[in-house]
Amino acid sequence: MARLIAILVGLGFTLVVLISFGVDTYTSITEPAPETAEHKFHLEPKAVSFPHDGVFGKWDTAQLQRGYVVYKEVCAACHSMKFVAFRDLADLGYTEPEVQALAAEWQVPGVDPQTGEAVLRAGEPTDYFPSPYPNAVAAAAANNNAIPPDLSLMAKARHGGAEYIYSLLTGYQEPSEELLAEFPEAAPGQGLYHNPYFPNLNLAMAPPLTATGQVSYEDGTEATIPQMAKDVSAFLSWTAEPTKVKRTQTGWPVLGFVLFATILAYLSKKQIWAAVKPAKRKD
Amino acid sequence: MSFAWAKQYEPSNGLMRWVDEKLPLPRLVYNAVGAGYPVPRNLNYMWNFGVLAGFALVLQIVTGVILAMHYAANAEVAFASVEHIMRDVNWGWMLRYAHANGASFFFVVIYLHIFRGLFYSSYKAPREMIWLLGVVIFLLVMATAFMGYVLPWGQMSFWGAKVITGLFGAIPLVGESIQVWLLGGFAPDNAALNRFFSLHFLLPFVTAGVIILHIWALHIPGSSNPTGVEVKSESDTVPFHPYYTAKDGFGLGIFLLIYFAVVFFLPNYLGHADNYIEANPLATPANIVPEWYFWPFYAILRAFTFDFILPAKLWGVLAMFASILLWFFLPWLDKSPVRSGHYRPLFRKFFWFGLIPCILVLGYCGGAHLSPWTIALSQLATAYYFLHFLVILPLISSFEKTEPMPYSITDAVLNADKKPVLGENTSPAV
Ligand code: HEC
Ligand code: HEM
Repeated sequence: MARLIAILVGLGFTLVVLISFGVDTYTSITEPAPETAEHKFHLEPKAVSFPHDGVFGKWDTAQLQRGYVVYKEVCAACHSMKFVAFRDLADLGYTEPEVQALAAEWQVPGVDPQTGEAVLRAGEPTDYFPSPYPNAVAAAAANNNAIPPDLSLMAKARHGGAEYIYSLLTGYQEPSEELLAEFPEAAPGQGLYHNPYFPNLNLAMAPPLTATGQVSYEDGTEATIPQMAKDVSAFLSWTAEPTKVKRTQTGWPVLGFVLFATILAYLSKKQIWAAVKPAKRKD
Repeated sequence: MSFAWAKQYEPSNGLMRWVDEKLPLPRLVYNAVGAGYPVPRNLNYMWNFGVLAGFALVLQIVTGVILAMHYAANAEVAFASVEHIMRDVNWGWMLRYAHANGASFFFVVIYLHIFRGLFYSSYKAPREMIWLLGVVIFLLVMATAFMGYVLPWGQMSFWGAKVITGLFGAIPLVGESIQVWLLGGFAPDNAALNRFFSLHFLLPFVTAGVIILHIWALHIPGSSNPTGVEVKSESDTVPFHPYYTAKDGFGLGIFLLIYFAVVFFLPNYLGHADNYIEANPLATPANIVPEWYFWPFYAILRAFTFDFILPAKLWGVLAMFASILLWFFLPWLDKSPVRSGHYRPLFRKFFWFGLIPCILVLGYCGGAHLSPWTIALSQLATAYYFLHFLVILPLISSFEKTEPMPYSITDAVLNADKKPVLGENTSPAV
């Protein structure tokens, strides 16, 4: 009886799902879904390598310091970085007084101790990076209705991570003839810019890195566009996960210890079982 | 309990004798996972996953309780409190990665444990109750994992919760009221986040309770084994301790090696990038997908696209729940007197060439972007899934000619290199 009911229920679900299959297959043959511009012209991130990549990677503090300059001089005009505090900059190889000086270069919201009015004051190491806009409405109003996302976690929040950020920053271009011929509606609208690395192909961020020497690096590195893009992408990998290198460096001793323990466990298992395992017969 | 030749607990000193008299807890442990539990001597490594599942639960409870000391279940600050754990709490990043990946590894071992049960038909009499409790555990762990994923309040947390709770909306008439009642609002918000946190904290302890019942039920018939032949004499078994404690210790080492490699080197590989974006009810992600361990069921949900008498969405919901609930009935659907897949040629073919590919396809399609061919594939795989469990499995025992089995476990072990002969006892007395 149980089996009969089961067979009926099973055939029921099978029948209904096969009807869905039939209908869907028929529709996708008779009316194939139209090809989309995003599907055909979107590009995967470029392959870029960073010194902190992989399980042996280490931060290149000189690169992170350069990336910080790019963030401060360029991106911070539009993007906040609310999960990162100035004190965290010590990771980039700055000393305590240097961190204090860097923090003081920023204006953060504060309260006037005399009047209690909201004012801007110089940043301190315990402050977090401020937002360039007072609120989301102001951010959208200044950017063609698109809110520049917070950059703290950007390198973890996109498929491709730092490589994606690098590709986005260096990927702005005119839409190709081929694209416009096939999908005229994919041409960037008012206030939008074409970038095949962006999932929708057009985004509201104007190319932020436009000229060699846009920022000046203290270590004498030439600030070409790819150089700045790479440095700021590395910097954003650090902001997304400041503990990344500590993590991989912790991993090795942990794995080493577990491997040692596993070998011991294997040997004792073998020893214990030797008595009851039949000897391999030779016949 | 268990077999007549099971060793009895002998307190080794005065203190333990005193404890054992007042509360025989040492005795209980000794009989459950010590030398007092005789276990078939021929278990293979597929029998390691029960202990590993227990270990994974403890791991989740330990890491989870500490995370809960730093986490704040409030939609305003939940996302930031997780970043606080990642950045400011000492070793907080390790705790969080250990817990998030711990859930994935929990599912890896549970799936392998269930797979063992399916291949060796461990669900058959006299072990039906073990299996039923196992399915309850699985449902509890799924509910726990689903609610846990909502807690960081990222984009996938929010939209996943919205899609899954939205399924209740498919129930005719009362569906929407149930949905609002479950969520405490029209969409997931603070009320939902708080109750999910409360339940996410509670359910693992309920699970621990059901595991105790699961193991209690296991100790009545004792463990099955790869031949499916029941224990006949003392020579068929070895005491759990030290034999299987040693084997499980080695298995645990292998598990930890893989687990720590992921925790330290690829901690976000199994996750979804969108969950590092704070929840935003106004921005729908391009592809809302649950965590990988729900993909097969999600594919079944999405396979129903045609309103046949009932709305397609309701069919999807029914099928998704049915795909798990039907496991409850397996002990009564599979009538073959032979347990182990080793001796069931027809069953084995359907298992390896039907069920396993079917589940892999469902898993792939559940995580993929919707496209005509992923939908078509998941529809065919869904059809096979139901056919396999509800039609093929109940029927094959009538056609199948099973292969000869060893007379006893001892026989199977000692004559492993010879073809086993049914009914002929070739084992020397041990
Ligand atoms: C003039 C303001 C402005 C500046 C300067 C700017 N951005 Fe943006 N950015 C935006 C806006 C607006 C968006 C949202 C675009 C959209 O969603 O269409 C955005 C989006 C982004 C995104 C997310 C793209 C996605 O996948 O959603 C990244 C990454 C990014 N910016 C990085 C940077 C970096 C790095 C810099 C500094 C080199 C920078 N931006 C400078 C305005 C700016
Ligand atoms: C938290 C989850 C679980 C834990 C901790 C757990 C624990 C255990 C343990 C320790 C054993 C004995 C060792 C072994 O045979 O591997 C066992 C046996 C068993 N479990 Fe589970 N289990 C869990 C989930 C499940 C689930 C989800 C199912 C099935 C749906 C299941 C089905 C079984 C069966 C049938 C047995 C008896 C197997 C045999 O002896 O052949 N278990 N379980």
